[in-house]
Amino acid sequence: MDTALPGPASAAVLRGESDFQAARRHRRRASLLWLVILALCLLLAARLSEMTPQALADGVPRIGEYFWRILPTLRWEVLFANWETDGSLAAWFYRLDKWAWLIFETSQMALLGTFFGTLIAFCLCFAAARNLAPTPWVFHLARRFLEFCRTVPEIVFALIFVWAFGIGPLAGILAIIIHTAGANGKLFAEVVENAETSAMEGVRAAGGNWFHRVRFGVLPQVAPNFLSYALLRFEINVRGASVLGFVGAGGIGEELYHVISFNYYEEISAIVVLIILSVAMIDLVSERLRHGLMAGGAARG
Amino acid sequence: MLELQGLTRRFGAVTAVNDVNLSIPDGQMVGVIGRSGAGKSTLLRMINRLTEPSEGRIQYGGRDVTGLRGGELRRWRTDCAMIFQQFNLVQRLDVLTNVLVGRLNHRPGLMGTVTSLFKMFTAAERAMAIQALDRFDLAEVALQRADTLSGGQQQRVAICRALLQQPRLILADEPIASLDPRNAKTVMDALRQVNREDGLTVLTNLHHLNTARQYCDRIVAMQAGRVMFDGTPAELTSARVQEIYGVTEDEFEEQAQEAVNPAARPPLRTKPGLAVA
Repeated sequence: MDTALPGPASAAVLRGESDFQAARRHRRRASLLWLVILALCLLLAARLSEMTPQALADGVPRIGEYFWRILPTLRWEVLFANWETDGSLAAWFYRLDKWAWLIFETSQMALLGTFFGTLIAFCLCFAAARNLAPTPWVFHLARRFLEFCRTVPEIVFALIFVWAFGIGPLAGILAIIIHTAGANGKLFAEVVENAETSAMEGVRAAGGNWFHRVRFGVLPQVAPNFLSYALLRFEINVRGASVLGFVGAGGIGEELYHVISFNYYEEISAIVVLIILSVAMIDLVSERLRHGLMAGGAARG
Repeated sequence: MLELQGLTRRFGAVTAVNDVNLSIPDGQMVGVIGRSGAGKSTLLRMINRLTEPSEGRIQYGGRDVTGLRGGELRRWRTDCAMIFQQFNLVQRLDVLTNVLVGRLNHRPGLMGTVTSLFKMFTAAERAMAIQALDRFDLAEVALQRADTLSGGQQQRVAICRALLQQPRLILADEPIASLDPRNAKTVMDALRQVNREDGLTVLTNLHHLNTARQYCDRIVAMQAGRVMFDGTPAELTSARVQEIYGVTEDEFEEQAQEAVNPAARPPLRTKPGLAVA
């Protein structure tokens, strides 16, 4: 270290160093305590969920085995032959028309679910933000409601709605709406809580009511973040929607469940490849959009 | 000796700095004055290479620093410490750590980086930081968070950070524009002190002519990216100001004030939130 210390340590340095040491000791003690608590919790969690090194070592090879089974048997000579030839791509994806339609349906479920879910989230997030909630009572009500929406898994809602509305995408869409409302409502509320208060104060000082404050003091600041979160949720919902079919709530999931339970190995891999491709495509487009949004937001200041 | 030769910076069709030639001997305190958009900030930022020049050269001690890359560039930046109008401290970190940021590029190698990421500074480095803070009566607040300090205190912490870089020059971009007169004086006194006692070259943008006259050995006046005046404070008379800018001194100060009015600038603080993307 090339740190040259000019002269003997002065009183200020000595005092500063001892204060620093005391503060650091205090901080380290606190961190150590929390680390011990965290380690205990992790150990307990591992024990309760039976996540032992032995179980991991036993199971991992079997994952590989499954993947090996679902691999299609493709042959180079006939790769581009028609669907009746074994070993061709067309034979692997022999029901591409049906699957493509189901995947399209899945993405439409995600779109509708995200739109209406985000709408509900938008309506509730201001009441669920600590700095804007009109009364503590409203705040807690909004928060608890959003919590409920978010903590019950989508698939559970989907099961209930399938029972009520019958098998089909409607049940899935409703399930997505509720989950999206809960998840985005919470994120939106946090964005609102982090917003600068000065603009709000300006509107309040001008005699604006609660809605004025939300509309003019907060919304312009948070709108880009809201949109960005909504797009992110759309990506997540496309993935989520592709398993809702497991319980009969529409989309590609039903077909996937079918081929998995009947051990149609090659078809499993075909559907999974299709899902991965479409989700990746949607991810790419939405990521582009989000970056565009943020760049635009930065340019506008 | 810092030498600027034909230094030019264009932003699209706008030429912010136009063919600036200056030689600044070591140990001088130079004030750069000018209206909004005169190119003062761009000039300073080009010297530190936060903004890349479009044309021209920057030389220090006979060495061309215009094309430096990577580690060499970072060493040059350590040599010419920046002071910002908005202090640019890490608000959520304590004052001591903020000052120790000045040491980061003095910690060589991979281990130097790794240890600094864990804030593992040596006792000698801490002593250096506290000594610098003590010099400006800030040793008492060393363990407080930066955002608990007043603007004047924060700017002096920024000066301490600059000093810990052990720089050859200090570039101060409107160091007192966000401060009230009393705090402005303590900050200007601090800059003057490091210039006189430590022999550091100080190059500072100012909008008050009187502050520039009072503190600087030399004044450079800019207008539309060009240097219009370069001389001693005594030579920059009211008549000269009127000749350069076509307005009286009072009107000039009013216009220059607009340049640093925080409300007219984009917000410097990044908005919180948005953990995605």
